[in-house]
Amino acid sequence: MIRARGLRKSFGEFEAVKGIDVDVRRGEAFGFLGPNGAGKSSTMRMIASVSPISGGSLEILGMDPATDGPAIRGRLGVCPQEDTLDNELNVRDNLYIYGRYFGIPKGEVNSRVDELLEFVSLTEKSRSKVEDLSGGMKRRLTIARSLVNNPDLLLLDEPTTGLDPQARHVLWDQLFRLKQAGVTLVITTHYMDEAEQLCDRLVVMDKGLIAAEGSPRQLIEEHSTREVAELRFAITDETNPHEAIAGKIEDLGRLEVLPDRILVYSPDGEEVIAKVHERGLDPIAVLVRRSTLEDVFLKLTGRTLVD
Amino acid sequence: MSAVTHPPLGRAGAAWLLVTRSFIVYKKNWKLFLTGFFEPVFFLFSIGIGVGQLIESFEVGGEPIPYAEFVAPGMLAVSAFNGALMDSTFNVFFKLKYDKLYDQMLATPLTTGDIARGEIIWGQLRGSSYSVAFLLLMWALGMLHSWTAILALPAVLLIGFAFSAVCMAATTWMTSWQDFDKITLLQLPLFLFSATFFPITAYDGWLRWVVEVTPLYRGVALCRELTLGQVGWESLVSIGYLVVMGLIGSWVVRRRLDKLLLT
Repeated sequence: MIRARGLRKSFGEFEAVKGIDVDVRRGEAFGFLGPNGAGKSSTMRMIASVSPISGGSLEILGMDPATDGPAIRGRLGVCPQEDTLDNELNVRDNLYIYGRYFGIPKGEVNSRVDELLEFVSLTEKSRSKVEDLSGGMKRRLTIARSLVNNPDLLLLDEPTTGLDPQARHVLWDQLFRLKQAGVTLVITTHYMDEAEQLCDRLVVMDKGLIAAEGSPRQLIEEHSTREVAELRFAITDETNPHEAIAGKIEDLGRLEVLPDRILVYSPDGEEVIAKVHERGLDPIAVLVRRSTLEDVFLKLTGRTLVD
Repeated sequence: MSAVTHPPLGRAGAAWLLVTRSFIVYKKNWKLFLTGFFEPVFFLFSIGIGVGQLIESFEVGGEPIPYAEFVAPGMLAVSAFNGALMDSTFNVFFKLKYDKLYDQMLATPLTTGDIARGEIIWGQLRGSSYSVAFLLLMWALGMLHSWTAILALPAVLLIGFAFSAVCMAATTWMTSWQDFDKITLLQLPLFLFSATFFPITAYDGWLRWVVEVTPLYRGVALCRELTLGQVGWESLVSIGYLVVMGLIGSWVVRRRLDKLLLT
């Protein structure tokens, strides 16, 4: 469905995407993960065939976006990061005119619109103005709009950012149903739980490059351990006590010393805790949990805040 | 769900979808649409007929006519001019900058060329629909002197096209609402000095040449020649002028949309 080799995008001096190889296969849900500024959105815009590539090669649905843009876009569904709904039209007309942009005949658009309003539970709002909708409803309308042409490939740029937990779960459920129906999904997100829920395969992007690639499970296996033990110690004096404690448990696994706790990456978290106690250390709180994609993400892209 | 492929939109069909969209928007706000009609009518009645009563004799091309019939074709051209400006300036700016309307269209098979054509045609149609209403008013008041007045219909479409294209092109360079002061600053003198209320012969020497090459003057002169039945070579010059102006404007709009939206 998508094949990129050495794909680059630069804006003047700034290089947003610095040469990435990506393959997305039919029917899978593929994720781009990364902190802000990693180059996810630039990549998505190139795939959406609205942003000319600066270097390398890109093939979408077997076509070249530079020459077959309209033909490619006719088979894509795009759900942009910010809702770009038509605020001058009501809910129903938004879907209707958007469907017409794809050249779908009037009668067919009308029945498709009814179906989609039902699918995203907005039938009752069909005559409402867009500005009167809640954030979650707007997002659902944007999703419905991206489906109006029965796309082969659906691009979702941070689909659940800014939604409340209920709305997120409803959306996940809808995306899962689409995937079951055979639609290929490409998702960017910085929510790890979202990536774990939805993606069959994903790449972690950082500073315009791909830092890792694989299924969520593979990535956890490769870049983290099965479990993580989180240890919290009472801070007894002014000098950094965590550093001192860390020195005593260095051999138990990969350590990460944070201001408020120490993380120990290990195949067996309980064993780590037992050993910590054996060595006469007395954490005030302990937690053993499974490694998540978030651990992988933080390991690969660092904990420093990106603006 | 299986992909259904549809025959690709023709370029004309694609541009027409933008017109359809504007039509749906204004169908619900038709009162907003009406305002553009009244301004030139008020000018016709106040200046043309009112002030006209103070003027005893007035000649155009050697023929004596009532002053109001001199002003009316000017207002005919002005209706198309003002109407075209309404959508191609403020509304285009809003859609481009705040509403991100064109970004959503570009996620579909539509191209920047379709958007440029569609929006220009809409501005053109809005402007000329005011002119058509005004032309009917002139007919009702017995102000049409020749069969050539029917050609004022394509003429106002041409005026609408030329101004819609050029103003939309200018709008792509605007960065804030304040920038539109520049358009207003041009709009008023064009309206007042394009031989709308007094003949071009009022100007001498180089000033006359300046007025002769301004676009609204070409539109006013063309409408006047057609409604008074005084068509000549000069009419062809005006037509050529407006066609070239519209085509250049359209070309610039497309180039600018490429630059602004396909980044």
